[in-house]
Amino acid sequence: MLRWILLAAIAAVLLWLPTELKPYGIFLFSNWLLFCVVAIGLNLTIGYAGQISLAQAGFMGIGAYTTAILTTSHGYDFWATLPISAGLSFFIGVIVGYPALRVQHHYLAFVTLGFNILVYLVFRNEDWLTGGAFGVFDIPRPHLFGFSTADPLAFYYVCLGFFLVMFLVARHIVRSPWGRAFAALRDNPVRAASLGVDIRAYTLLAFAIGSMFAGLAGSFYASLLEFIDPYAFAIENSLAFLLMVISGGSATLIGPIIGAGLVLLMPEWLRFAKDYYLMIYALFVMVLMAFCPEGVVGLWRRFVAAARHRRMNAAAAKEPAR
Amino acid sequence: MSETLLEVRGVAKAFGSIRAVDGVDFDVRRGEVLGLIGPNGSGKSTLFNCILGQLEPDAGEVRFKGESVSGLDPTALSRKGIGRTFQLLQVFPTLSVRDNLIVAGQEHNGSLMGRLFQASEAGQRDRADELLELFRLTRLADEPAGALSYGQQKLLDIAMAFTADPELVLLDEPAGGVNPTMLGDVEGLLRRLNEETGATFVVIEHNMSFVMGLSHRVAVLAQGKMLAMGSPEEIRANPAVIEAYLGD
Repeated sequence: MLRWILLAAIAAVLLWLPTELKPYGIFLFSNWLLFCVVAIGLNLTIGYAGQISLAQAGFMGIGAYTTAILTTSHGYDFWATLPISAGLSFFIGVIVGYPALRVQHHYLAFVTLGFNILVYLVFRNEDWLTGGAFGVFDIPRPHLFGFSTADPLAFYYVCLGFFLVMFLVARHIVRSPWGRAFAALRDNPVRAASLGVDIRAYTLLAFAIGSMFAGLAGSFYASLLEFIDPYAFAIENSLAFLLMVISGGSATLIGPIIGAGLVLLMPEWLRFAKDYYLMIYALFVMVLMAFCPEGVVGLWRRFVAAARHRRMNAAAAKEPAR
Repeated sequence: MSETLLEVRGVAKAFGSIRAVDGVDFDVRRGEVLGLIGPNGSGKSTLFNCILGQLEPDAGEVRFKGESVSGLDPTALSRKGIGRTFQLLQVFPTLSVRDNLIVAGQEHNGSLMGRLFQASEAGQRDRADELLELFRLTRLADEPAGALSYGQQKLLDIAMAFTADPELVLLDEPAGGVNPTMLGDVEGLLRRLNEETGATFVVIEHNMSFVMGLSHRVAVLAQGKMLAMGSPEEIRANPAVIEAYLGD
């Protein structure tokens, strides 16, 4: 019951709060929803399947540029670009996943990091396709059921709907036999293979699905900003997405959502500290990671476990001695 | 004479100048328990890994039910009906005990895409609960496997190898690290599985009373070669085995 009340409260806040905000606030919330999708995708790859990836911003860029180029230069409707964006990022995700069949851990991290740099250089240097350093302008916002979503609040609700769909897709995947196979792959790939788990297929799927989430979010991101340039998809942003997953709590559904909030919204809330806001933010992240490497969700679980332990001790103390 | 389930012919594997397995031949008959013993470094685990696709042998062939399975990877061998356990514990520590058993069976039915749309338990819940009861792990079903004691994890490790009803199971030191109280339970469970389900086992083990009590036949490896093969009584009385391994 408490769970449903909490969900209803969150839904009410997500529906109502942006109506009270100025355009920049609405933009921030829209951006947060899209970054949540990118982080949820990365969480499938890293948290559930245990495959390190530092290329999530690159995949987001692939989706963003696909939509930007197709809508501005080829007259495609925004919605028609989505399957292309999803398919392209999925396909490239499979290719980037191949090295994971041979190398793991920091070696794999460098393979994916190299891929992100490569993608960034293509965005920046291939002017004929991507507009180079100047990027792509005048990316349209879509129409939905005949209504324009050009207004920031209208597009926020589009982002909210997209986020909900992707959250439910991720929830279905992790609760399906695939989710269990991902966990087996993460915990012990040798044992998983000996039990008939096709670790090649699941490794590639983990990369491809995570990449597809980022690509699709990139499509919406291009439309949210109405302008994209290569800098939004550089390696720093891949590190930021990794921080979202880790600081929120990897291998949990809610963790990347909290993490995206921390990484994106917390610097904004700390602006009262003026020049010191980024330093305070960096210190917060360092302390969180040092004392609770399981992230905010891990911290909450520790708190709940400690409270339960205290209650049990108190109950045991009240029982008369036999 | 019962059907030959596994045929190992001339399997050899060297690491540099060391011949870990040197042209080993043996058969495993359906329904039997074959013990595989030998001193440390005699090549038992290397032989297992060559049979099970973890290592590529330099020479030789492995046939399962008359079909060559040489060169197949562990996933393919598992799907053909060959299960295994490892020398060291190999469970999935973050998954619950029940989920460890479910994942051990879920990949043996249907297609990869089909599994995305299957119910979460992939039709394996009843089988998992049956094994939980058999291995006396029911009360721990929802605990993370990593939170179990060593002995309980050992039982889970063995149970996982049986979830998909394999025809042949290769057990690498099932009694290793198990306390003496639990040793009898493990032996009893394996004997029961062999007698009731007709499952065929090859068991590597250093605990002589365990392996001699469980096995119908025993094969002895020494320096990568097959030294002797026979009933437990014949092996106990074999002078070459006594000299190389059993001692006085």
